Amino acid sequence: MKVDQISIFIENKSGRLAEVTRVIGEAGVNIRALSLADTSDFGILRLIVDKADLARDVLKDKGFTVNKTQVVGVEVPDRPLGLSRILQVLDESRINVEYMYAFVERCGENAVIIFRFDNLEEAIEALTANGINVLPGERISGM
Amino acid sequence: MTIWNPMRECMARPQLERLQLTSLRSTLERAYRSVTCYQNKFWEAGVAPEDLRELGDLAHFPFTTKEDLRLNYPYGMFAVPLREVVRIHSSSGTTGKPTVVGYTHNDLNTWTELVSRMMSAAGVTADDIVHIAFGYGLFTGAFGLHYGAERIGASVIPMSSGNTEKQVMIMQDYQSSALVCTPSYALTLADYLQKKGISADTLKLRVGLFGAEPWSEEMRREVEARLGIIAIDNYGLSEVMGPGVAGECQHKCGMHIFEDHFIPEIINPETGKVLPAGAAGELVLTTLTKEAFPMIRYRTRDITRLHYEPCVCGRTMVRMEKTMGRSDDMLIIKGVNVFPTQIEEILFQVEGCEPHYQLIVDRKEHMDTLEVQVEVNETIFFDEMKRQREFVSMVEKHIATAVGVRAKVKLVEPSSIPRSEGKAKRVIDRRRI
Repeated sequence: MKVDQISIFIENKSGRLAEVTRVIGEAGVNIRALSLADTSDFGILRLIVDKADLARDVLKDKGFTVNKTQVVGVEVPDRPLGLSRILQVLDESRINVEYMYAFVERCGENAVIIFRFDNLEEAIEALTANGINVLPGERISGM
Repeated sequence: MTIWNPMRECMARPQLERLQLTSLRSTLERAYRSVTCYQNKFWEAGVAPEDLRELGDLAHFPFTTKEDLRLNYPYGMFAVPLREVVRIHSSSGTTGKPTVVGYTHNDLNTWTELVSRMMSAAGVTADDIVHIAFGYGLFTGAFGLHYGAERIGASVIPMSSGNTEKQVMIMQDYQSSALVCTPSYALTLADYLQKKGISADTLKLRVGLFGAEPWSEEMRREVEARLGIIAIDNYGLSEVMGPGVAGECQHKCGMHIFEDHFIPEIINPETGKVLPAGAAGELVLTTLTKEAFPMIRYRTRDITRLHYEPCVCGRTMVRMEKTMGRSDDMLIIKGVNVFPTQIEEILFQVEGCEPHYQLIVDRKEHMDTLEVQVEVNETIFFDEMKRQREFVSMVEKHIATAVGVRAKVKLVEPSSIPRSEGKAKRVIDRRRI
């Protein structure tokens, strides 16, 4: 039920983001989803890719600081209040969302949102118990 | 211009040297008898106080370093029992532990005498209102100048540091005529006046005594032009006494070291060999009259040059040039002594491994700034921005607590700090001083 995500430390200077995408692109890794959190000094780039381990290895080889973390891909009905309902479930179950970002591809009629929780297991349990579809990891990296 | 103690300050050199020899003998004797550290050092060097026959023999005696003071923290270097100590001061040290120094009644009397000489040489008189904007506390600056100014008979305003707006209000209302602070704070004051549209002419300031940090002749010209005052340099360090070790006269051609109380030597910092007069090297100071805290050949790590030719002011005391740098990697940031190793220790503690870092020191709007660049690695990198920022502020807090200087921590990519011969350059000092 979990998806591997790699996060990369990027200094806030020109060309660094281009370098990351070039390095993994040349290794044949395809980006499925991404988010960038930034401050004036540095940024944290988070990627869902089709080959997470390969991406991590090639980036480390090039001297980047890379961590692998696990996140959850959730199917979200593509209509008003679709996301709101999911967040409400999480809130009622007292599960904290560390961050989230949207997936590029759709899953049939639904949108996909990537969530990072402090407690992954509990979050998955709460979501599935409320009839919300959590997508299998392979399905997401293969989308 | 008044010379506070012409008998001493204008002494002929042969007479001065006789006085120095007598005082030095008794200092070596007392240090050897009362301080275990000196006993051990003399023994290791194979010298005893009676080996001193002439002043040149001092070169056979071992140096004292800041490390010695650290190892003997807090009272190990005191040569008198604590009941004879009437004042304690301290300076920041290499490992978070400060250096502790003590003064007897006689020491405080000497200190006050020397600051009176220094302030008189700068032109301060009983008619002056002396505005002291050094912080009152453990540092020697404020108290040292305070008592000297009082002895001269000046009116002393113990203003302490900070709150520029209030400083200026008091200067205007109380008509301060002599300013005591760091040279960079003098420029901060000038900026404030400019911003508020207050002309320096409306103040009564006429002279400034600036010390506690290195500053250049360009900076002197700027302070003088913008505040409309005469800016005078002075030198001192708490390990030796505090301010009043040396001070400029109004001819501004070097700071007269009060040689009836201190013997200066210039050494090659690499070999420890004494260099001939006029050569640039590390200043080494020996106290001649200190009772509580005698210092034998203390390595100041300050690089300077000594000039023995008599000064036009009439004083015969040797003149030292403005310090040109340090022979170790100590930085003086906002008047606080900072060693890169202190920062390294903190980073080691939080990272648990050898950190790659670089200190960038700069001066923005006359205030020193310190940026600590740290290369990220997997243990200190998080995918959550909140944790990443918490990490940065945690390190900043540790530095502020242990070093006493506020630093900005900036995370940089691995290998982005240039390494030369495998070793990173730890400090980049961009201050133009």
